[in-house]
Amino acid sequence: MTLKTLLATSAASLIALSTAATAQTEINFWHAMGGQLGERTDAFATTFNGQQDACVVNSVYQGNYTETMTAAIAAFRAGEQPHIVQVFEVGTATMMGAEGAVYPVHKLMEDQGIEFNESDYIPAVISYYSDTDGNMLSLPFNSSTPVMWVNLDLFEANNLEVPTTWEETIAAARVLKEAGVASPLGFGWQSWTQIENFSAWHDLEIGTMENGFAGTTTELTINNPAVVAHLDRLQDMVEEGLFVYAGRRGDSRPQFVNGEAAMWINSSAYFGGFAADIQDFEFTQVPMPVDTAVRAEPQNSIIGGATLWTLTGHEDAEYACAAQFLNFLSGTEQQADWAQATGYVPITNAAAELMQERGFFAENPGTDVAITQLSLSEPTANSRGLRFGNFVQIRDIINEEMEAIWAGDKTAQDAMDAAVERGNELLRRFEATNG
Amino acid sequence: MEKRVVFKSRWLPYLLVAPQIVITLVFFIWPAYQALETSFYLEDVFGFSRTFVGLENFTRLFGDDGYLRSFWTTFVFGFAVTFLSMSMALGLAVAANRVIRTATLYRTFLIWPYAVAPALAGVLWFFMMNPTLGIIAYMLEVVWGVDWNHYVNGDQALLMVIIAAAWKQISYNFLFFLAALQSIPKSMIEAAAIDGANPGRRFWTIVFPLISPTTFFLLVVNLVYAFFDTFAIIHATTSGGPADATSILVYKVYSTGFVGQDYGSSAAQSVILMAIVIAMTFIQFRYVERKVQY
Repeated sequence: MTLKTLLATSAASLIALSTAATAQTEINFWHAMGGQLGERTDAFATTFNGQQDACVVNSVYQGNYTETMTAAIAAFRAGEQPHIVQVFEVGTATMMGAEGAVYPVHKLMEDQGIEFNESDYIPAVISYYSDTDGNMLSLPFNSSTPVMWVNLDLFEANNLEVPTTWEETIAAARVLKEAGVASPLGFGWQSWTQIENFSAWHDLEIGTMENGFAGTTTELTINNPAVVAHLDRLQDMVEEGLFVYAGRRGDSRPQFVNGEAAMWINSSAYFGGFAADIQDFEFTQVPMPVDTAVRAEPQNSIIGGATLWTLTGHEDAEYACAAQFLNFLSGTEQQADWAQATGYVPITNAAAELMQERGFFAENPGTDVAITQLSLSEPTANSRGLRFGNFVQIRDIINEEMEAIWAGDKTAQDAMDAAVERGNELLRRFEATNG
Repeated sequence: MEKRVVFKSRWLPYLLVAPQIVITLVFFIWPAYQALETSFYLEDVFGFSRTFVGLENFTRLFGDDGYLRSFWTTFVFGFAVTFLSMSMALGLAVAANRVIRTATLYRTFLIWPYAVAPALAGVLWFFMMNPTLGIIAYMLEVVWGVDWNHYVNGDQALLMVIIAAAWKQISYNFLFFLAALQSIPKSMIEAAAIDGANPGRRFWTIVFPLISPTTFFLLVVNLVYAFFDTFAIIHATTSGGPADATSILVYKVYSTGFVGQDYGSSAAQSVILMAIVIAMTFIQFRYVERKVQY
């Protein structure tokens, strides 16, 4: 063997080696699932990586929903964006407005020749996440809806029926208070549960232009008499000691876990955590109470949670992997396992059926409440969801104004008027940049 | 004697200060300029387009009651944190200065909290004062019958973040005060004692004036700390709430910019903050420093 051939063969083998190394395409997936949920999400990536050799998915936790979204946007501006990012529902309008940054999932699947049937998803999910042309721009991943968590032991000990209306809720709360329950009622994500979902549940408009779905000129209408009356009622409960406010987001969770709250309105996705953390008492989920003065029967609730967005600016081979991974995640098996473990609703009809077949709903009474609430009736323009720009900030404004009510600094009417005024200003700013 | 150093080469001095100038330009002047520029624009989130809006970002801020309230909150917070942390630190330093046995042990313990990250300090107090779980909240209720709920009560929330922010800074102040106290000649204090001055008088007429340069330095450092570095404490505990009770200016910059992604308004707020720092530094060196005895 001459030196020349030796060099040639070694060069050839080097090339072969390097192609073998690059044969695996890496893609980045940024998510906002912490704790138990995060482990499960990462496990999806690990399973997917083990099933095939072509792609490697790096599943990275980037902090809470807001942090993940802002990190992805900052990364995009710096040209370092992930392939897939999980964005919560209130960020939907912002993402949809960013046409140059988003690779719509229906188009991605079409380009990669993977079947993507939007009608597989449950109607509440389709209606929330479809654009005006009826296309889904992102892949639904985790969706939940607010339910009322009930401490059954406290209800039994006081011979109480689980309430279905707000009058019954107040009556039950009084008995429970009498029996020494510190805060009979509690709730988290207050804008989502007590304003957005209260409105959908009673078929009330949240904002003009079909809650923002029909255009960016939308204005908030949450200072309407029904919402104000509801907040007045809650403020009365504060004064009577029937409800003690314990913070934004899920900060009030200890109230329910410690038995200080007997009724707690928040996401159905607390199921997994509660099942692990609560041993001292029996609990279940029931539908949110109805305000019979507004509507005799509830309409339907709206979802919270997040979808997966594909961002532009990557290689075609990487998008092939992204499409395969998204396809894997939306698989019936994965979705059913995920929903069973976490309390998120099964977002495809097939996953719901599989859970039914497995007997999950029968074994865990109450776990079907979320999906029942979501599909209670055909969503109306008021109850299909909401699409407001800058809504992350607007929610903070609503939080602030609601806290002013709980502290007794403002009346419900004043607070909601202020929330509408301040919120509309941000909507106008969004309109100015995205109109 | 000529104190100034005279360089032979004309260019050497410029070369020597160049690294410092470059660092200042790249890390301070350039970002500051960018903030100033962005504050005149309205920009979409992903940075595809921007429109020049003149002073609109500023006029909007000053038309916003919430922003004006935030000024007041910031001043209350800033001065309360500075006063609390400095007075506590001075008290501890005076006490530690008198300790003869195991002095190092005491000092080490007192300096320890400085190693705690601000966010952790916030969370620590947050847990202890949590209305449902916290030990302090429980004691307040059982011993004094105080109904503690910083989720609802804005004053309590503000008090909580003030305590957390001040606690964190005590160690730092303690270190400087202790050093200053130890540099005071013993003979002066002894002389005053012989003249019949009691400990309180000795402190206020001799010790306090002698450590005034340190006090002045700490005043500047603490105010800057309270105004700008306490972001993590607020972020990790109250997120500016309840309502906007703990929403200090620097937190507002963050929430507008990073949560709301309204970069124009956020930049305008940074520019206003910059102006405040410049004004504060000017006032301090112009008026307060004159009274300091070096």
